[in-house]
Amino acid sequence: MEIVMAIVIGVLFMSATYLMLSKSLLRIIIGTGLLSHGAHLLILTMGGLKRGTVPLLGEEASAYTDPIPQALILTAIVISFGVTAFFLVLAYRAFKELGTDNTERLRGNEGND
Amino acid sequence: MYRLYLGEASSVHEIKGGHDLSLLHLAIISPFLFAIIIPILYKLFRQVHTGWFVLPLPILLFSYFISFISSTSNQEIITESVPWIPALGVDFIAKVDGLGLLFALLITGIGSLVVLYSIYYLSKDKEKLNTFYVYLLLFMGAMLGVVLSDNLIVLYTFWEFTSFSSFLLIGYWYDREKSRYGAQKSMLITVLGGLSMLGGIILLYIMTGTFNISEIIEQAAAISVDPLFIPALICILLGAFTKSAQFPFHIWLPDAMEAPTPVSAYLHSATMVKAGIYLVARMTPVFASEGLWVWLIAGFGIVTLFWGSFNAVKQTDLKAILAFSTISQLGMIMSLLGLGAAALHYDDIESSFFGAATTAAVFHLFNHATFKGSLFMVAGIVDHETGTRDIRKLGGLMNFMPITFTLAIIGTFSMAGLPPFNGFLSKEMFFTGMVRVLELNIFNFETWGMLFPVIAWIASVFTFLYSMILVFKTFTGKYKPEQLEKKPHEAPIGMLISPIILASLVIIIGFFPNILSNTIISPALESILPNNTIDVHISFWHGPTPELFMTIGVIALGILLFLTLPKWRKVYDLFPTKLTLNRLYDGGLAFTQKAANKITKTYMNGSIRSYLVYIFAFFIVILGTTLAVKNAFKLDTSNVSSIGFYEILLALAIMIGSISILFVKSRMTAIILLGSVGYTVSLFYVLFRAPDLALTQLVIETISVALFLLCFYHLPKELNKERMSFKLTNAIISIGVGAMVTLIALSAHSNKLFDSIAEYYIENTYTEAAGKNMVNVILVDFRGFDTLFEITVLTIAALGIFAMIKLRMGGGKKNENK
Amino acid sequence: MKTNDLILQTTTKVVLFIIILFSVYIFFAGHYTPGGGFVGGLLTSGAIILLTLAFDMKTVKQILPFNYIYMAATGLLFAGGTAAGSLLFNVPFLTHAFGDVNIPILGETALHTATLFDLGVFLVVVGVTMTIIQTIGVDE
Repeated sequence: MEIVMAIVIGVLFMSATYLMLSKSLLRIIIGTGLLSHGAHLLILTMGGLKRGTVPLLGEEASAYTDPIPQALILTAIVISFGVTAFFLVLAYRAFKELGTDNTERLRGNEGND
Repeated sequence: MYRLYLGEASSVHEIKGGHDLSLLHLAIISPFLFAIIIPILYKLFRQVHTGWFVLPLPILLFSYFISFISSTSNQEIITESVPWIPALGVDFIAKVDGLGLLFALLITGIGSLVVLYSIYYLSKDKEKLNTFYVYLLLFMGAMLGVVLSDNLIVLYTFWEFTSFSSFLLIGYWYDREKSRYGAQKSMLITVLGGLSMLGGIILLYIMTGTFNISEIIEQAAAISVDPLFIPALICILLGAFTKSAQFPFHIWLPDAMEAPTPVSAYLHSATMVKAGIYLVARMTPVFASEGLWVWLIAGFGIVTLFWGSFNAVKQTDLKAILAFSTISQLGMIMSLLGLGAAALHYDDIESSFFGAATTAAVFHLFNHATFKGSLFMVAGIVDHETGTRDIRKLGGLMNFMPITFTLAIIGTFSMAGLPPFNGFLSKEMFFTGMVRVLELNIFNFETWGMLFPVIAWIASVFTFLYSMILVFKTFTGKYKPEQLEKKPHEAPIGMLISPIILASLVIIIGFFPNILSNTIISPALESILPNNTIDVHISFWHGPTPELFMTIGVIALGILLFLTLPKWRKVYDLFPTKLTLNRLYDGGLAFTQKAANKITKTYMNGSIRSYLVYIFAFFIVILGTTLAVKNAFKLDTSNVSSIGFYEILLALAIMIGSISILFVKSRMTAIILLGSVGYTVSLFYVLFRAPDLALTQLVIETISVALFLLCFYHLPKELNKERMSFKLTNAIISIGVGAMVTLIALSAHSNKLFDSIAEYYIENTYTEAAGKNMVNVILVDFRGFDTLFEITVLTIAALGIFAMIKLRMGGGKKNENK
Repeated sequence: MKTNDLILQTTTKVVLFIIILFSVYIFFAGHYTPGGGFVGGLLTSGAIILLTLAFDMKTVKQILPFNYIYMAATGLLFAGGTAAGSLLFNVPFLTHAFGDVNIPILGETALHTATLFDLGVFLVVVGVTMTIIQTIGVDE
């Protein structure tokens, strides 16, 4: 399963990169969303998959799944939500103020430095 | 783990025991602490001048340091230590010895007078007194730290703090272009030297293994043969020279005169510029064995002495004259210190002979602070009462400001080296030191030593000359009321107190120099030239010695030159105006900015895509090379878990979903596809035994989609319908990134370098934290710090969003107006 | 954003309380079973968002007159305060304490300062999410 997941993660990263290299701000944001999904799955896969039961002590099992990647991912999910929301509003405001979401047109004027 | 371990906590306390902050440390940091209270006091008592609140502190500190005199004059050294970064051998060691005490007394003593002066100088209605006194206190604390710490790293920290606070003080009137220029110049030059000094400190550490000056001095003989010795010496000297405005780094000091006059009186005459001298004096026992040290310091010092005094004569601004005179006097002290260091090469009997130069240096250091401080204050009074400092406009003020005139006479005559003031004594001793250079027979002084007394004498003539210009052009001659902004009158008594105190010191020390010799000077000499007993006795009359004839010659030629000044003034026009050091500095600065701008513009072109391309390309290249070079790629299929039917379905769903986002036209579809990928990921979490993640992901995905939709509700629908155009480079880069991540994931899975630390959490979750959900316990307990910062980040993001939406940017409106 | 969807509104009225109750349960159960401050907070904000979708921003503001930025700040204060509180007992920052307490009627229960910390997380998550949604929602 880890090998399948490695490929899935690779595909997620690939699509994310392609989206982020596009000109549209919205696509870039979607790209970051995909990127964080990929990163979360990567962390989870690194810890090994299905090595035991859920990390709840009440389960009385002989082995538990590694809880640390899960804790890390939980933090990461919430953070990436915050960041995505921030990006989204940034793009929204940029559009409202400047009337475009094309990053090539948001470069600022020459000599305006 | 996270229970109440009272036993352990008390053991932590034990380490602290015996290293508590002493009163001495408190004295050093008290200005910093006081700086926190000042703005509050300023706000609370607007009708009282803030300076009155500040004044008690330096006075208190001064009397505190006075109490050390009895111990330092008995060669006792008081040391208090507090661990700061024990792992790196950096302790905050406060040490009071003769040299440190001399400076501490100058800092606090002159500091008190300057604060008192500033109360009358700075108007409480017009100036931002809170910031002024905060900067001043920061500076005072930093200076105390420099001169009283025995650890080089601590010293360096305070050293940079002085640069930084002096930057703030010079730029105090930040709305003036010249203030900003001067502040930046002093900052750039002194910080450059400071960094070089840090390099020197580190080299010393490499050689000796310690940052403590007293320990380095003990190893001085051993390290003098080290190949790093000379580089360390040069690095440290660079720091000292930039700080003490030695040629060719002196150019910042005249521009620093843009600071309010109390600041100039404090920083640029008595304290900060002397930090470099302090450093040279402090490091003399370490480096003096090297001939280069003697030559460099004495040489640069004497050149600075000449260049400063020569340039002072052509200045027309009172403060500019004083600035160049300070440069010159600093050069004089420097050269004396350099020659004095030669004393360490002789036996006891002869060393007292050569130690005279060092004695003169220390004595003049003190004298300079007194007369230059009072002269700066006089210049400030003139400026304050007439509205100008230009000597071409001034003249004949004697009748209006008799007290100020008297003070100016005392100060300038002392500076010129005339009896009966203290400047005369140290000038005589300076000549003694210079003349005795001829007797030196080490480091090739036999051949070139002759230059020292000659240059010293010429420079003294110019010193005499500018001193006379300073006082007589201002106070005598024709009174030109039409050129003055205000009608001049005598300054208020409060403003006169400080210069009067300093001027009386000038006279008292002139008549009774030996009140200083055993209390201040000889303990300080003990620190500069250890293991040498120098009997300090300063006397007025030496008999008809060469020094006396030199002084008489200076006075005679000086008066002659002063009277014929208009005739030979054209000499200064002979110097090229284009090839000055200031031009070099300005040109260098402009060139650096231009070049940096150009280079930056080539890669920072404003396009997000380029930046991302850099990042991704770097990612691929660096990781790919590492994988290849380290031969790290490994595929181990023995340890994989089983593949279920559902999992294959989900994997396909994610892949299809994410790839099809690339091809959809409408953004709504793209959002829905992104949502579907997210939900699939949460299903994966279910399958991979991560219930917490699955729950969170589900809810987050829902909220995110709602958020996206909310944003789109306000955007026009026709936007962005076009398909993404295919770009080969983008495709190559993204395939590269995807492949690289896959390779890393596979290798990471196949290489198990460490055992998982999960066992620890599995064992301790219930016993230590009384929880059963390990993920939650890790979040709130074991790794609570992460969570604390995470929610902080979240809050910041929310505030950012709130600000972006709510605060209608003025910029938007401005753009519309364009 | 004026909507008039009777079915959605009626269902929301019922479902809202179920979600909020569930989120409170999940928040408190977090130490033993899946859940905790994050999920609890997100669920609560999800419920409020549902309410917003069914009615409109104005109505929701009348029903729940919270200043969500203050809520986030309070949450941070709770979390930071719980963490710093351990300093008062001369133990390292963020040390949690727990003990068994006998509460009448409910019986023997474990009390845990980690819950206070988690409450801070809960408040921050609700505050932040709702701040984001509300500020965008009322814009223009």
